[in-house]
Amino acid sequence: MKTPLTIKETQEGLKAKKFSAVELVDSYLAQINKYNKEFNIFLTVTEEQAYKKAKEIDRSNFQSPLSGVVVSYKDIFLTKDVRTTAGSKILESYIPPYSATSVNRIEAAGAIPIGKLNCDAFAHGSSGENSDFGVTKNPWNKEYVTGGSSSGPAGAVSANMSLVSLGSDTGGSTRQPANFCNLVGLKPTYGAISRYGVIAMSSSLDTVGTFTHTVGDMEIMYDVLRGEDGFDGNVKNFVKPEIKKRFKLGIAKEYFIDGLDAEVEKMIFEVKKTYEKMGIEVVEISLPHTKYMVPVYYIIQPAEVSSNLGRFDGIRYGNNRNSFGEEAKRRIMLGSYILSAGYYDEYYEKAMKVRTKIINDFDEAFKTVDAIISPVSPTPPFKLGENTKDPLKMYLEDVYTTTANLVGIPSLALPSTFSTSGLPIGFQIMGPRFSEHALFELGRKYHQEIDYKPKIAL
Amino acid sequence: MARLTKKDVIHVAELSNLKLTDSEIKKFLPQLTKIIEFVGTLSEVDTVNIEPTSQTTGLTNVVREDRVISENMLTQEDYFKVPAILTERT
Amino acid sequence: MIYQIIIGLEIHIEPNTKSKMFCGCQEDHFGAKPNTQTCPICLGLPGALPIANSEAIKKTMQLGLALGSNISKISKFYRKHYFYPDLAKSYQISQKDNPFCIGGSLMGKKINHIHLEEDAGKLIHSKDESLIDFNRSGCALIEMVTEPVFHDISEVMSFVKELQLVVRYLDISNADMEKGTMRLEANISLSTSEKLPNYKVELKNINSFKFLEKAIKTEIERQTNALNSGQKLAQETRGYDEKTKTTFSQRTKADSDDYRYFPEPDITPIEIPGSMILDLRSRIPELPEQKRKRFAEKYKLSSDYINILVSDLERANYFEKACSLSKEYKTIANLIINKNFDKEYPEPAGLVKKIYDLGSKMYESAKVTKNAVEKVLIDNPDIVTSYKNGKGQVIGFLIGQVQKKLKGKGNPKLVNDKIVELIRKNF
Repeated sequence: MKTPLTIKETQEGLKAKKFSAVELVDSYLAQINKYNKEFNIFLTVTEEQAYKKAKEIDRSNFQSPLSGVVVSYKDIFLTKDVRTTAGSKILESYIPPYSATSVNRIEAAGAIPIGKLNCDAFAHGSSGENSDFGVTKNPWNKEYVTGGSSSGPAGAVSANMSLVSLGSDTGGSTRQPANFCNLVGLKPTYGAISRYGVIAMSSSLDTVGTFTHTVGDMEIMYDVLRGEDGFDGNVKNFVKPEIKKRFKLGIAKEYFIDGLDAEVEKMIFEVKKTYEKMGIEVVEISLPHTKYMVPVYYIIQPAEVSSNLGRFDGIRYGNNRNSFGEEAKRRIMLGSYILSAGYYDEYYEKAMKVRTKIINDFDEAFKTVDAIISPVSPTPPFKLGENTKDPLKMYLEDVYTTTANLVGIPSLALPSTFSTSGLPIGFQIMGPRFSEHALFELGRKYHQEIDYKPKIAL
Repeated sequence: MARLTKKDVIHVAELSNLKLTDSEIKKFLPQLTKIIEFVGTLSEVDTVNIEPTSQTTGLTNVVREDRVISENMLTQEDYFKVPAILTERT
Repeated sequence: MIYQIIIGLEIHIEPNTKSKMFCGCQEDHFGAKPNTQTCPICLGLPGALPIANSEAIKKTMQLGLALGSNISKISKFYRKHYFYPDLAKSYQISQKDNPFCIGGSLMGKKINHIHLEEDAGKLIHSKDESLIDFNRSGCALIEMVTEPVFHDISEVMSFVKELQLVVRYLDISNADMEKGTMRLEANISLSTSEKLPNYKVELKNINSFKFLEKAIKTEIERQTNALNSGQKLAQETRGYDEKTKTTFSQRTKADSDDYRYFPEPDITPIEIPGSMILDLRSRIPELPEQKRKRFAEKYKLSSDYINILVSDLERANYFEKACSLSKEYKTIANLIINKNFDKEYPEPAGLVKKIYDLGSKMYESAKVTKNAVEKVLIDNPDIVTSYKNGKGQVIGFLIGQVQKKLKGKGNPKLVNDKIVELIRKNF
């Protein structure tokens, strides 16, 4: 059967008895069986659990927001009694005793969990090549990367192995793979969605990311996920604000750097023209500290990583620290160095201060514009092995994405078009804290204007 | 600009509770040096009178009521066992 | 060579909150089976996040306010990193810059600060393996650090005992050394000049006042002997062995540990409004020293009696309740302290009634007795004559009459003697 590509179609189909939830699961499982070996997207498939839930859903009247929606989770989401590896040999046999808040909420809303997804180990990576369980290949072209670290989540939805998926975004790990796989990806406001039960990477930067085919579906997922849960002290409830009728958008002049690929640059100008056609003004703004984003990020993030990964000592769970992959070891050591006596002021505290300045840049910018358009990756999807020799080169991939994490603002990654080599390229729209619903509106308008239709790769 | 030495790498590995092989130390030294140099470019930013940001939420006083919650508990009624620890804690 | 003794103290107090510092597990773990009061948060499982216990924060501030500390306007938690099997996350959430309380003093001894942190689990060492119990992991812990201002053992002992009392008066903790809800560490060094020497020896893992006293004494001796024989003393941690009555080295601290502190991003900063400080300050009960002064003024007891009563708040309260029912303050104190009557009579009113019963055996004064005897002798001339004529036994009648007049409060011997004396003298 041709599986629906939106939540609305799924639920209409179930209600009209065009298909059952069990049949949906049959279909997705068949897809997984057909392609997973080649693309290495799923690490654990929860077939039994999926059928059990599907049967339950078939007995219901499909009234919950996500009834019948088949979901898969990046393997950093703790799922009770289901193996959770974080893409690392450290946790290759780890069975968690509790589930993440996000998992509980998604499933309480009627979703059907189908499995756990490959990712860069401990979410360290921008390509999907850092998993201890092998690379994930881009369903659009298996010689290319899916992007990372949420490689599996992007792969799963674009390969039609689940309708939606959960990933994470600490420095672009949802937005970049979303762009590389022709999906809508959301990095929410830091403090919108609880991180409880998500294996921590960098505590002041981590967010729960989501992958869908459409902006409409993204909004439904976001409203199910967001809000206080009593476990993440940084989450705040908020009432959905009134959406403006007229928007003004900005593009930072500092974004046009040497490393920006011509095709990506062209796409950004097309996006600008598209909005202008709709009567939305797009102006030039300045974000003067743009060139310091990556250094600030690569001080704060490894420092927090070295702290969060300290608990993996193999004593009570997992394997011992010799099982860490190379990238994890590198970041842990970088972090320890940065936090160590004699260097804390020069690096960590300095980075925290520059972070303040970056936040001030955005506060200023949002006084004149409602949202900011930006590339996500400086290049279209790259080939496997292209960036792996030089860790620093890989870090520079993050030049456009780390911003939103450092400032704590939401960013919606939207599929736009395809490169000359046939790979998806897209962009992101960033807004002030808790402006997701305005971003959804802007995303919907854009997709409507370009007559966007969801597409799957396989 | 800090130049990392092999001794630095060994010390940092110890701080990180990582046992590195000699070849790992050799491999990490130039990589870490390069990255530290790169992030060191922050020194050119003027941050006089700027407060550090460790949290972007702007929230304060998020606290918990003092009560016992049993829904979250995980118990096992037995000790975790490790090989004998010979050093005292700090 | 005369050395100046320099001692600073670090005192840990486990507050009597219902739940732990960052999770909803029970705080009181005394006697619980291992690993039965744990959850993902205090076990340091992946994905778990901390949220601060508001009551633990309040109790920390109450302690500071009672000791005259300044309460920080904004206070933050920090991560303190080190690796040890009983430290679940491999970092302890503690404080560094901006602790809750800064400064303060007790018995004239300056306090550096008071901060709040979480405890680690318990490690039990056996020959081949070590056993870990995480019931204590994540429990709230209030830590007070004094300035190095103690110069002899008696000062230290008075201070820690008074601190224990203050903590109990504030109902912050039962501060029980045996139960581990109060723990003491002393940093000791000897100096030949006014300046602080370049080393200090940390005495740790001492779980009673008695052992602390012995440990400090023997450590001072050890350091004195070492310096006298020209040895240099190293910065180190030492424990106390009751069997050999000496201290032994546990770890040499060549340089201090690099804890790589940074502000805890998972916990928001705590902003204490002035109104809360005023409110907490207004609710500080009468403290031991204030009570001692008041007892001296109001009840005029001896300082020994006062100290005994004040050292146990329950007894002091019982005493005062009894004193509100009867003005026999000294008697009440005596019966409580020397005869444990507060144990026998759980209600102070019962004690007071007992006092009346006892008091009824208290005799009338000599003057009143004499008057009564005179009256009876005047009223009964025939009986007096009988007595004078050798009928000795009639004195019984006279005694009875006197006792009747005295409502039974006559001292039998005095009544008898007075009758005999007055008959001889005047009748």
